[in-house]
Amino acid sequence: MIEERFDAIVVGAGMAGNAAALTLAQRGLKVLQLERGEYSGSKNVQGAILYADMLEKLIPDFREDAPLERHLVEQRFWMMDDRAHVGLHYRSDDFNEERPNRYTIIRAQFDKWFSSKVREAGATVLCETTVTELAQDAYGRVIGVRTDRHDGEVHADVVVLAEGVNGLLGTRADLRERPKPDNVALAVKEMHFLPRETIEARFNLKGDEGTVIEAAGTISRGMTGMGFIYANKECVSLGIGCLVADFQKTGETPYGLLERFKSHPSVAPLIEGSEVKEYSAHLIPEGGYNAIPQLYGEGWVVVGDAAQLNNAIHREGSNLAMTSGRIAAEAIFQVKSRKDPMTKENLSLYKKMLDDSFVIKDLKKYKDMPQLLHIQSQNFFLTYPQLVSKAMQSFVRVDGTPKTEKEKTTLRSFVKARSWTGLFGDAYRFARAWR
Amino acid sequence: MHIVVCIKQVPDSAQIRVHPVTNTIMRQGVPTIINPYDLFALEAALELRDKFGGEVTVLTMGPPSAEDSLRKALTFGADRAVLLTDRFFAGADTLATTYALATAIRKIGDTYGAPDIIFTGKQTIDGDTAQVGPGIAKRLDLLQLTYVARIGALDLDARTIEAERRSEGGVQILRTRLPCLITMLEATNEIRRGAMKDALRAARATIVKWSAQDAGVEDIAKCGLRGSPTIVKKVFAPPPRAEKAALIDFGSRSPAEALIEDIFKRQPKLEAELVTLARGF
Amino acid sequence: MSEPAKTPTPAGRAATKKELPDHFKGYKHVWVFIEQERGQVHPVSWELLGAGRQLANKLKVDLAAVVIGPEGEATRQAAAEAFCYGADLAYVVADNLLTDYRNESYTKALTDVVNTYKPEILLLGATTLGRDLAGSVATTLLTGLTADCTALDVDADGSLAATRPTFGGSLMCTIYTLNYRPQMATVRPRVMPMPERVAREPGRIISHPLGLVEDDIVTKVLSFLPDRESAKSNLAYADVVVAGGLGLGSPENFQLVRQLASVLGAEYGCSRPLVQKGWVTSDRQIGQTGKTIRPKLYIAAGISGAIQHRVGVEGADLIVAINTDKNAPIFDFAHVGIITDAIRLLPALTEAFRARLSPHARDRIAS
Ligand SMILES: Cc1cc2nc3c(=O)[nH]c(=O)nc-3n(C[C@H](O)[C@H](O)[C@H](O)COP(=O)(O)OP(=O)(O)OC[C@H]3O[C@@H](n4cnc5c(N)ncnc54)[C@H](O)[C@@H]3O)c2cc1C
Ligand SMILES: Cc1cc2nc3c(=O)[nH]c(=O)nc-3n(C[C@H](O)[C@H](O)[C@H](O)COP(=O)(O)OP(=O)(O)OC[C@H]3O[C@@H](n4cnc5c(N)ncnc54)[C@H](O)[C@@H]3O)c2cc1C
Ligand SMILES: Nc1ncnc2c1ncn2[C@@H]1O[C@H](COP(=O)(O)O)[C@@H](O)[C@H]1O
Repeated sequence: MIEERFDAIVVGAGMAGNAAALTLAQRGLKVLQLERGEYSGSKNVQGAILYADMLEKLIPDFREDAPLERHLVEQRFWMMDDRAHVGLHYRSDDFNEERPNRYTIIRAQFDKWFSSKVREAGATVLCETTVTELAQDAYGRVIGVRTDRHDGEVHADVVVLAEGVNGLLGTRADLRERPKPDNVALAVKEMHFLPRETIEARFNLKGDEGTVIEAAGTISRGMTGMGFIYANKECVSLGIGCLVADFQKTGETPYGLLERFKSHPSVAPLIEGSEVKEYSAHLIPEGGYNAIPQLYGEGWVVVGDAAQLNNAIHREGSNLAMTSGRIAAEAIFQVKSRKDPMTKENLSLYKKMLDDSFVIKDLKKYKDMPQLLHIQSQNFFLTYPQLVSKAMQSFVRVDGTPKTEKEKTTLRSFVKARSWTGLFGDAYRFARAWR
Repeated sequence: MHIVVCIKQVPDSAQIRVHPVTNTIMRQGVPTIINPYDLFALEAALELRDKFGGEVTVLTMGPPSAEDSLRKALTFGADRAVLLTDRFFAGADTLATTYALATAIRKIGDTYGAPDIIFTGKQTIDGDTAQVGPGIAKRLDLLQLTYVARIGALDLDARTIEAERRSEGGVQILRTRLPCLITMLEATNEIRRGAMKDALRAARATIVKWSAQDAGVEDIAKCGLRGSPTIVKKVFAPPPRAEKAALIDFGSRSPAEALIEDIFKRQPKLEAELVTLARGF
Repeated sequence: MSEPAKTPTPAGRAATKKELPDHFKGYKHVWVFIEQERGQVHPVSWELLGAGRQLANKLKVDLAAVVIGPEGEATRQAAAEAFCYGADLAYVVADNLLTDYRNESYTKALTDVVNTYKPEILLLGATTLGRDLAGSVATTLLTGLTADCTALDVDADGSLAATRPTFGGSLMCTIYTLNYRPQMATVRPRVMPMPERVAREPGRIISHPLGLVEDDIVTKVLSFLPDRESAKSNLAYADVVVAGGLGLGSPENFQLVRQLASVLGAEYGCSRPLVQKGWVTSDRQIGQTGKTIRPKLYIAAGISGAIQHRVGVEGADLIVAINTDKNAPIFDFAHVGIITDAIRLLPALTEAFRARLSPHARDRIAS
């Protein structure tokens, strides 16, 4: 065991862990951060979109040296069937602002940079060190961690669990439940490398402008899921994710889905001729508000994906991770400055502060959405996209059929597929969940 | 005993891609690693230190980011790390590299005690020349043992060392005098996993950083691009084969028969040769 | 040795134009170092004489062999053979201190001959011996050295253009040593084709003394353990090679490769992961960090064809790839491909070859 004691140990150097370690170190606490990957970011997978506001709260001048890919000026939503997509497209020059709001990033690079800031702030950062279990005293209080290094037990007043979606440490120590298959999605992602000019031409971009496409529809074979395409400087990140429970049920393979997505006539031309470099798979917590586990206890708090803090509807995760990491650190700092012990009661301050933030408020707002989409997945991800696509085709194809006739046929096809009550029911439920 | 180990930070060549249009290396996102061959040298050095006492200094010449590799070497248990970094070193070929490294090793000797052994890896995976080790030895007028598979008796009083050196067709058992330079063969040991205390020490260690001037470089013209007699004139992608493999369509035939037919059709003389070659039936 | 005077160079940049200093202008002819260890000449030396011959012809200069070794028959024989592989003359340093390869004595021998007779190009094999020697000689001479070349040529102004893979074979680069002499390069065994041997009387032989006594040489050879005959692989020089990769799935399945190789009288090899997993010994690895092969027939089973593997096999006359994945990169450079499960095909192939190459079949072919 290591003699030296720390004020706090942060497990994981993802978005949440880095935010927590940075904040703790900035406040002058003695912090040890442990990461199993070769470096911060080496194992992390994300689309990825970075939300500037939450990062500004941690590193106000991050734009000066952070490895950012493109700032987003455009967002596209596609509803896809097998041969077509119906799209919504929002682009505004307002996004070409001095301090852009959203960026695409490559996590491996971004996290490395983020980690260097954590080091600079004074935290001790150890990579290639896996925390194998929490060290607990006779009363079950968390007093530190055990690692896979020789003589690798280290103690601290509080442990911040930022270990990502699996949440193994917490479950192993019986502090919380294991995430359920219908609360996590499995996403697979590839990086397609293309010359910069090609990307800019294909996505209609100039300079560092960027765009993202979010896609849903029959590509997920009736499962609850979404595809995405993000333009980076010299590569396109592309992927698709579906609920683990759906994969189990349907026997579809993630890679099969991805292949189909890539060969879709709307997607294939965007990545034609590219060189694929990375293939990765990662879980995303999608259970929303109802899946949030216990967030604090005797000597521990949990943040980020490990706490299931993820807004699946808006594809936000890293911002919730950063914010929860920061808030946990601030709560710990407050307890510490009062010279109070890191008891469950004192650490409940974290939960209180989190409840007041956008993190919990947003998740509450959509609390019924995951369930709705899950139960109705056939309709939302198979039937509607096909119907909408057919309707659009009928609308734009000029073939001598009278327009009223066309409208009637379209409407009939909707009703036939879903029945009036079904249609209204879906619309109502959707609106309720969104509200 | 003082041992210096030269390590190099290299791009992980398994992950390098070439820009399809411009034929340049796309470095974006390509992770860097310690040259895998150097880990065998480092482990050999650490084992000697553990047995005979003393210190291991790791040395690298590279960009400021090479600090990561040095820190990692400290995690494995090295005692000290020196980063030789200066824009004057950029673009060095093996001759210029050995000049800079030899100069730095002299300075390390002056500062921390004369080294008894200098270790390098057999070769790097980016430069891939296996020449830097022998070059350093020559510059420092040291005896060199290359392709060493095992280090045998080391006598610090008599200042002799024995080693098994791989040569073509066998193993030479050599004895030479200290100080000497050893290039370590791959797969001769396995790098240890540093203990928690080493990892903690490494995370907080200050890496010694030397510019050309700090290291005592007298003639900047012998460094980097200027000090390199070799010049890379052209870089190009390996010419792709004009056609892809002809795929055997075995139809109703057995695939094995179909394949053999095809092989002998393409290489008519081969069958007779194979009959002579083949021994067992 | 004093260092060559530097020609003025544009600030911060090495001269990329040829401005050969006067004292190098007398350096002429192409030399090949003939590597012999324990009485055996390494075949790479003959391959290099073949390559050197072409360079010498283009430059209209002589091709010389440099033979270093103990006094006696083996060294004499090596020099005589060099003429059969195209050398115009030979420099010989024969001394019993050179019986075993040692860096100190060999470096002294080769550096002295170079400084005395001044070649413009000096080629060595990229073997353990060649690399050990080339590195010290080049540093002693303070000249450039291009290691591990795959192609050699001279361009219009007579400079050696040495091409080698870089970044693990993803790119090739052509390297020049414009303003220093000699221009040195090492080449791996089997990269250059073996030239035809033509029986010839030995030509001019120039002997050069070593000028060392044993006491001058610090390093002593205590003993030499030759590799076990049975374990020795002749992979690099085999006419037929069968290799397996990760696609075989288990060390047991690698037996299928050995069996096919045995029926064909072939050598067997593997991709790197199998060595890393300990399924196969490292002397069987083919590729960038293993052996380069140049067989008439190469059969690769369950190998994806990564660039590092590819660079080691491209010289094969006929590459046959067995792989379940039609998109495997190996089909980009194999001549013949078959998309099927190697674990099933290999035994069938072994049987089919066995039947076809049986004594019965031998008669059929003989008749
Ligand atoms: C395909 C995909 C696309 C996404 N797109 C977006 C997007 O566009 N925008 C967005 O905001 N969010 C996105 N997300 C979600 C976002 O990636 C996550 O919410 C965010 O990364 C969570 O951060 P975290 O720090 O909690 O977890 P992680 O980033 O997963 O970090 C956990 C860290 O802990 C380490 N670790 C785990 N166990 C141990 C252990 N036992 N010991 C030591 N270290 C350990 C891991 O190696 C890892 O570095 C996406 C997710 C995926 C999978
Ligand atoms: C510095 C460096 C040096 C390297 N040097 C070398 C080197 O010298 N030599 C070398 O080989 N590699 C080398 N490599 C490794 C190289 O990059 C590849 O990782 C390696 O060649 C892959 O080995 P593989 O083809 O056996 O395995 P994989 O890439 O995993 O390929 C297995 C193949 O088998 C196929 N397959 C699966 N099942 C079957 C079946 N039942 N029947 C038929 N086919 C099947 C698969 O489709 C796949 O194509 C080096 C790497 C680095 C970084
Ligand atoms: N820039 C460098 N810094 C430190 N050591 C190096 C450097 N380049 C090469 N080496 C050492 O020299 C060995 C041989 O390198 P190379 O000649 O490039 O194959 C490597 O294994 C390293 O130990």
